[in-house]
Amino acid sequence: MVEIRWHSRAGQGAVTGAKGLGDVVSTTGKEIQAFALYGSAKRGAAMRAYNRIDDQKIINHEKFMLPDYVLVIDPALAFTDNITENDKPTTRYIITTHLNKEELIKGIPALQGKEDRVFAVDCMQISLDTIGRAVPNAPMLGAFVKVSGMFELDYFLESMKRVLSKFPQKIIDSNMDAITRAYNEVK
Amino acid sequence: MAEKYEIKEIEVWDGNYAMSQALRQAQVDVVAAYPITPSTPIVENYGNYVANGYIDGEFVMVESEHAAMSGCVGAAAAGGRVATATSSQGFALMVEVLYQASGMRLPIVLTVANRALASPLNVRGDHSDMYLGRDAGWIQLDAFNAEEAYDMTLCAFKIGEHLDVRLPVMVHQDGFLTSHTAQNVHPLSDEEAYGFVGDYKCVDEMLDFTRPVTYGAQTEEDWHFEHKAKQHKALMDSRTIIDEIFAEYGKLTKRTYKRVESYHMEDAEVAIVALGSSVETCRLAAEELRAEGIKAGVVAPRCFRPFPFDLIREALKDVKAIACLDRSSPGGAMGALFNEVSAALYSTQSRPMVTNFIYGLGGRDFSVKEAKRIFMEQKAHVDAGHITTPIQQFSGLRGPKLGFFETKRS
Repeated sequence: MVEIRWHSRAGQGAVTGAKGLGDVVSTTGKEIQAFALYGSAKRGAAMRAYNRIDDQKIINHEKFMLPDYVLVIDPALAFTDNITENDKPTTRYIITTHLNKEELIKGIPALQGKEDRVFAVDCMQISLDTIGRAVPNAPMLGAFVKVSGMFELDYFLESMKRVLSKFPQKIIDSNMDAITRAYNEVK
Repeated sequence: MAEKYEIKEIEVWDGNYAMSQALRQAQVDVVAAYPITPSTPIVENYGNYVANGYIDGEFVMVESEHAAMSGCVGAAAAGGRVATATSSQGFALMVEVLYQASGMRLPIVLTVANRALASPLNVRGDHSDMYLGRDAGWIQLDAFNAEEAYDMTLCAFKIGEHLDVRLPVMVHQDGFLTSHTAQNVHPLSDEEAYGFVGDYKCVDEMLDFTRPVTYGAQTEEDWHFEHKAKQHKALMDSRTIIDEIFAEYGKLTKRTYKRVESYHMEDAEVAIVALGSSVETCRLAAEELRAEGIKAGVVAPRCFRPFPFDLIREALKDVKAIACLDRSSPGGAMGALFNEVSAALYSTQSRPMVTNFIYGLGGRDFSVKEAKRIFMEQKAHVDAGHITTPIQQFSGLRGPKLGFFETKRS
């Protein structure tokens, strides 16, 4: 079982990202669960989304998890939310930030001592450059593909094209650019 | 002719999307709806399918849930296949018309994303609305995950519309925990799904002007009781039809449902009885405890109404201690599931020990760890030979422990 926790603000696409990841994972024969804690949360409110990935049917419906990956798609939440909550000695962090990794960790005491498990990528800038709007979910998926090694990049891109097939070609292309750039830039 | 909707062999759908696809595949003629969180996407998607030509149906926008169910009653009496969705306060506002629908024997399908009732206002999942509907004369089916939400919705049409049943059917799923949780779903093709549900069979439809009929007539003490008795008998008699339809669905999908589901019960010494997504979480807890040598099992009513009194008794009679989990504030009584399960077990020789847990209100998390703790408490009752805790307890509540009533047997 692989467990993933997304830290996001409502409107940044964590739910869509978690479900998109789920769509791709399901094509590999694995079982997936994607859910979120929001409800009446308004755009901009801090929220969390979750994935579980397993070889067997997932029957665990608790919200509690010990995440294997923590994906932070809002730069400020890395500082204000408790992103290390219930973490494990192996939990990996992928954090969107304009800072470099050293500067980032310097500002977040909870990440100190976990340097080898922290990865930085500027999903905001990448999505502004490629998609034209601050929708950091697609680039985060690219960074996750790289850090987790769960898929080959080409396989993931092809699968995401199918997931996005109802959108205009321009949107599909810009999302592919965003995923690829984050894959290459995450450190 | 409706447009073809592309469906893959494995989809990643949440419960709401799965239910809306079932409505599309059943080719529902009319949806009259007033959307409410967390059930909104069910009817929103149906409206989308109508607008984009994927279904030849009609979406009727109304001013309240009372009107939504009233519109459904009208459309069903006219002779159409009818469905809608609701939750929580919307369900509460529908209640008057729920009784009208069942009294008129109209096979409407109501998909429910279970949610807490205010006050305090809360959009998250508990079973307050499901429990509110339990005396309304509807069949109530319960789904524990997204795929089951799809399966139960398809079955609901076939059960309710069966000529020996003709009753409205609710399909329940947990708000957010199922309605908004995407998981792998293996849908049927449109042809298979519609082939299973079948064409709608009209009975006494009002649009047959050659044969005028009256719906919702007034009866006082001369006939009301006989009508209600017939309705109750129809619910009781629907049990065998539900079994047949579940078996037929099982042949089609390899997913065979039972009115009472049992997991790890072969030699179980302790059991949890629950509804909704918690059933699966408890299964996981039972599996983990079995690895430690604790004989734990889970029993879950798939069909909440008609209540499976006989099957519950059969499933639990050899167990020593049972925890009944109620996800609804019992308002000054024991939980409904506890009461009904206890009543069934009272007519057995063994009369196992039964305790009641109120849990998960307003969406409070229910963890595997807590399910294991509850199992272990049942084990402690077995080892002591009597109930060692208050009979009713609150699980997952912050602050001091809350419990009521001591056992009078030893």
